[in-house]
Amino acid sequence: MNVSTSPKFKENVHGALRDESLQRALGRLKTGFRDKRLAAINNLPEFEALRDQACDIKNHTLENLDHYLLKFEENVKANGGHVHWCADAAEARETVLRICRDKDAKSVLKGKSMISEEIGLNDFLEKEDLKVVETDLGEYIIQLRHEPPSHIIAPAIHVHKEQVADSFRETHKGRDPNRSLAEPRELLDEAREVMREHFFAADIGITGANFLIAETGTSVIVTNEGNGDLTQTLSRVHIAIASLEKVVPTLEDASSILRVLARSATGQEMSSYTTFSTGPRREDDLDGPQEYHVILLDNGRSNMLGTEFQDMLRCIRCAACMNHCPVYGAVGGHAYGWVYPGPMGSVLTPSLIGVDEAGHLPNASTFCGKCEEVCPMRIPLPKMMRHWREREFEKHLSPASMRFGIKAWAFLASRPRLYRTATGLAAKVMNKMAGGRGRLAKLPLAGGWTQIRDLPAPQGQNGKTFKELWAEKQAQKARGSK
Amino acid sequence: MRNSAKVSSRDAILGRIRQSLGREAGQYDAPKDVLDRLSAPKSNAVVPARAQISHDQQVALFEQMAIDVNATVVHTAGFEDIPREVARFLAEHNLPARVKTSPDVNISGLPWSETALEVTAGVAGPEDAVSVTSSFGGVAETGSLMLRSGAQTPYTLNMLPDTHIAVVKASEIVGTYEEIWARLRTEDGQGNMPRTFLWVTGPSRTGDIEQTIQLGAHGPRRLHIVIVDDQAS
Repeated sequence: MNVSTSPKFKENVHGALRDESLQRALGRLKTGFRDKRLAAINNLPEFEALRDQACDIKNHTLENLDHYLLKFEENVKANGGHVHWCADAAEARETVLRICRDKDAKSVLKGKSMISEEIGLNDFLEKEDLKVVETDLGEYIIQLRHEPPSHIIAPAIHVHKEQVADSFRETHKGRDPNRSLAEPRELLDEAREVMREHFFAADIGITGANFLIAETGTSVIVTNEGNGDLTQTLSRVHIAIASLEKVVPTLEDASSILRVLARSATGQEMSSYTTFSTGPRREDDLDGPQEYHVILLDNGRSNMLGTEFQDMLRCIRCAACMNHCPVYGAVGGHAYGWVYPGPMGSVLTPSLIGVDEAGHLPNASTFCGKCEEVCPMRIPLPKMMRHWREREFEKHLSPASMRFGIKAWAFLASRPRLYRTATGLAAKVMNKMAGGRGRLAKLPLAGGWTQIRDLPAPQGQNGKTFKELWAEKQAQKARGSK
Repeated sequence: MRNSAKVSSRDAILGRIRQSLGREAGQYDAPKDVLDRLSAPKSNAVVPARAQISHDQQVALFEQMAIDVNATVVHTAGFEDIPREVARFLAEHNLPARVKTSPDVNISGLPWSETALEVTAGVAGPEDAVSVTSSFGGVAETGSLMLRSGAQTPYTLNMLPDTHIAVVKASEIVGTYEEIWARLRTEDGQGNMPRTFLWVTGPSRTGDIEQTIQLGAHGPRRLHIVIVDDQAS
């Protein structure tokens, strides 16, 4: 499995906030994703009803997951394909390697796949002396930079074009060293040219899958570049790697969910290419792969079923949650320290690699609720982050100071008279300390807050508490109505 | 060494799923609603109202939606007009006069000799810059072309050439994706799919460099759609 730096989340965040180039990139989230999504859903009056329909489909599927997976398997086999059930990342990697070895493969082409990131496939295959090339432009860029993706649909969102040009000059040897690579168009054209050579030389083509369709034994990819299509068509063997919850019952069910996917992700009405692949090439086909394999990965998902985290398995990886998250928008994807960033990652990562490792992530939230609001699958992300916080607390993973603070607060809060006295006193003291400014630049035990901004001091007549003001107001009212 | 049979991952995963879902031992058969859903797939209750219009309006909507995603669209009165239109389009955009068509006789059998184009039929290779293909249909709600792979319609023609010219009959443009699936089941039998069924909505694009949208990432840079008005009276 991929090594995580999630335990160092706080250090990662400090680095990210100081990274000017990252901050510039994150500044483009609004026009790049948020505005386009809003325009797309405003253009479709049925969007809310389609969200409900999509949720119903996934809920029904999850309640019958065993049945639909078996049906999917049956239909893949009926079409001449192979299904490999893999319990964990290691088994999935070994299975891919075995297929490569069986075919005497030397080169592996990759379409974009987050599951491949989750199981750390590239490093593993490279250690086994296979040449691995990512074909999605964003994935290719970060592969050259030896970085993980920082966004689930825009993996190189943190990279600026000058950095891409540097990587290309370094990697694409034998080209004019003085060629211009200043514009995105020039970079894209060069990548397109280089990639064409790879496409025609590939043995194995690996893609992810946005859906698996039980009715027909089909895997579906949704792309814009066309790289996934070339990867899976020109290679001798097509391997689709997908996690269990990607299955849906029928073509109609997939189509319904597709109506909310691209609109939520990039704000497109539909992605450029939606590709339904079933089995290997047919007898009279003139192109297409000779073999078709599906890797069905569990890696912790079956244990999420039937728990408070089951709803997370509805996720279709559109990235709307991170595009709208103020925390993601401030720190970017790498700070989260593992494959899935943003709110969906804060919920999913602890399920997959453990709350001990990823306990910081559910705290990376302001609980503004925007992620749930924009999630096309209506996943209650903030509620699930709270579940993780509770588990973290129960497992004594939160720092001692925080536990002491919460205990002290609980002691006060369960004793109303003492609570009133203490808060009344605190309000008056803080009001005094603030003098006429109404703000506190420093406060004992609250350095984390006051280090970067002032704390508003209790206002009003000498810092009266809400309860005191309320009581006064009620008394005034009573007098007035007499 | 212990002599116990290793539980396969398949059985282990299914076992965990069944346990998580609270299945009782031995009660592993799919219930009726699951079997019905799979054997007689239904259209969706909610589909975009924008496509619930007359057929002429659906053709117009298909055209508008395709243009909105950077495709170009023309109409021809019949199939025999296609070679001239292809020649015109290629000349207008200063593109090579060499074309690879689907082996589909509806396309490859057209009067290409009336043009100066060099035309062959078959799969696409690295040298092919322009393809002309037939389509299974079109979907108005998003301006998406429906393309199936097969002996008559090899898949690489849709993806490798820089310029993809796709021919679609007006009579085969429908409102929604659901109508396409219904037709595919009627023609191929329920549960049967070609190796690849592709929805194309505009030319290839990417936003991977600084979120600047550019056309022609790895697939075609240009998508030109020829609608044959086969129903015009």
